[in-house]
Amino acid sequence: MVSGGVSKFAKARPDATFQKIVKESFDYAMNDVPKLKHSMIDGSVVSYFSDHFTRQLMAGIMATDYLGLCPKPNKRIEGGGATGGLCFQAGWEAVASGRMNVCAAFGFETMSHVPTWKGNEFIALASDVNFDYPVGGFYSGYYAMMVNRHMHEFGTTVEQLAMVSVKNHMNAYGNPYAQKRRKLTIADVRNSAMVAYPLTLLDICVMSDGAATCILADEETAFKLTDHPVKITGVGTGTDMMRMADRPHGEVILAPNEKKSDYRNLKYPGVHSFRAGRSAGLQAYKMAGITDPLKQIDFVELHDAYTSSEIQTYEDLALCKYGDGGKFVEAGYPFMPQIDYGMKLPMKGTLPVNPSGGLIACGHPVGATGLMQAVFAFWQIQGSIKKHYGSGELQLKKADRGLIHSHAGTGTYVTVSIMERGW
Amino acid sequence: MAKKNPTKTPAASPKVEELMTGTTIFNIPLPADLKALKGMSPIVIKQPYQIDYIHSYGQDSPFFAGLSNGKLLGTKCGKCNYTYATPRLACTQCGRETKWVEIPLSGRVHTFTTCYFGGEEFLKETPFHLVLVEFDGVDTLFLSRLIGPVGPEDIRIGMKVKAKFRRNSQLKPTDVYFVPSE
Repeated sequence: MVSGGVSKFAKARPDATFQKIVKESFDYAMNDVPKLKHSMIDGSVVSYFSDHFTRQLMAGIMATDYLGLCPKPNKRIEGGGATGGLCFQAGWEAVASGRMNVCAAFGFETMSHVPTWKGNEFIALASDVNFDYPVGGFYSGYYAMMVNRHMHEFGTTVEQLAMVSVKNHMNAYGNPYAQKRRKLTIADVRNSAMVAYPLTLLDICVMSDGAATCILADEETAFKLTDHPVKITGVGTGTDMMRMADRPHGEVILAPNEKKSDYRNLKYPGVHSFRAGRSAGLQAYKMAGITDPLKQIDFVELHDAYTSSEIQTYEDLALCKYGDGGKFVEAGYPFMPQIDYGMKLPMKGTLPVNPSGGLIACGHPVGATGLMQAVFAFWQIQGSIKKHYGSGELQLKKADRGLIHSHAGTGTYVTVSIMERGW
Repeated sequence: MAKKNPTKTPAASPKVEELMTGTTIFNIPLPADLKALKGMSPIVIKQPYQIDYIHSYGQDSPFFAGLSNGKLLGTKCGKCNYTYATPRLACTQCGRETKWVEIPLSGRVHTFTTCYFGGEEFLKETPFHLVLVEFDGVDTLFLSRLIGPVGPEDIRIGMKVKAKFRRNSQLKPTDVYFVPSE
């Protein structure tokens, strides 16, 4: 990866159509690598989740033609909430296969075109419309059922969930691209409106209008364009059944740092864990040579559509054992060491998770989200947070290797990509 | 304990509800100097979208016929015996075609939630409880509504529940719902 750009994420952008919002992120990325000429781009991949939100089929090519990338190759990538992560990997595939030397991967969503509750209806159409949607289709309800089971199995608490919200909102305070930059307490999170028990309004990400662009290149071209490229050293993609009622209750897929005896009585994945996340993580770890992720990764940008899914994902990614996700946040691991969160933590963070503020605070313009994570991770690894955020407060001292994680459905598609300092 | 919502809008600060109604206009002013156009406010219009689909339940149709006859029909693999509470005609374990079987009408709450908000279609029904029901001898769960308990504090995982059916079938999965049976 040689460059990235994001639009400012906002609740509504009536001033621009999706093409112009994509162009803002694309221009930002292009301007950041002056040596990259438009003619050097061999093709592109584009992602947006919902034709319902755009009310425009083939919106992908309309963004592509607006960027002046015709008649070069392009295709649309879609996979629910993981759309952006899948697009990032499709861009990587285009370069890794040798088809392109330079590939632009961009994505967007314009969710403000319908009221929030109609938007929730559209999103719920990404559940089985014969058996699930008509029962009361609501993604927050689905995740609430999952976390209630997680709490039952493992003793996870609502205060642990709230800590994730406080952390991510506070991180976003230093990120000018984020939609919600707020200083919160655990009490604020618990006292906000109950949406689907036990998840409150502040446990859940918001709808957003936004776009993100990543420019990917082969190694030789990358070093011609920049002295500080980021190398993609591992990719993994996992899947699971759409209806969470159909998920098996079998044995845990073990990470290299786990053994069978860790999980004697656990039925897996059930509805408390994301098998697709574990599968994607293990593929990416194997490719990148990671055997002890807690020690070998410097930071993580993961898909915190819900505070609960962040905790569940710590476990899927083997940052801690299954069942220990709540204790992981309580112990302080995923916090940034340099930020004051207004609460007493047992230790300084060692593996910051969502230093950008994540989906909960940045917003979740679905087709852009996975690419947004890549851009924020790219800047962390480059050490260029100050340049792009206007302040170095969120820059990690050591950010040589990051993990990005994009997630769809109730865990139907999950992508994990490992990004490392390339110079 | 769930916090009851006094209003339908979970706003951080008081504000009036945004409406989808508006005023019909037939023309708008334009400045004489075209350079001023880039400073123009966006034009926002309402765009209706309504469709009736001819939707077939296809191979899953017997499930809905079952509901209208007071039966929960699932499927079972003849080879590996894997049993699905929500039917699928192909076994995900071994790929074989499955056969229709009756699922017990009594089970337990595997997990639950109470929805205080929802997709627009269901907003008027809130608050409502969603449950995943587990059954003895069945490998997968079943998503349904739980009727009866007032709030989430009245529901617990492991609680015994039984199926009830609408007398006048709507040919929707909500023709069946569960009530506490303990």
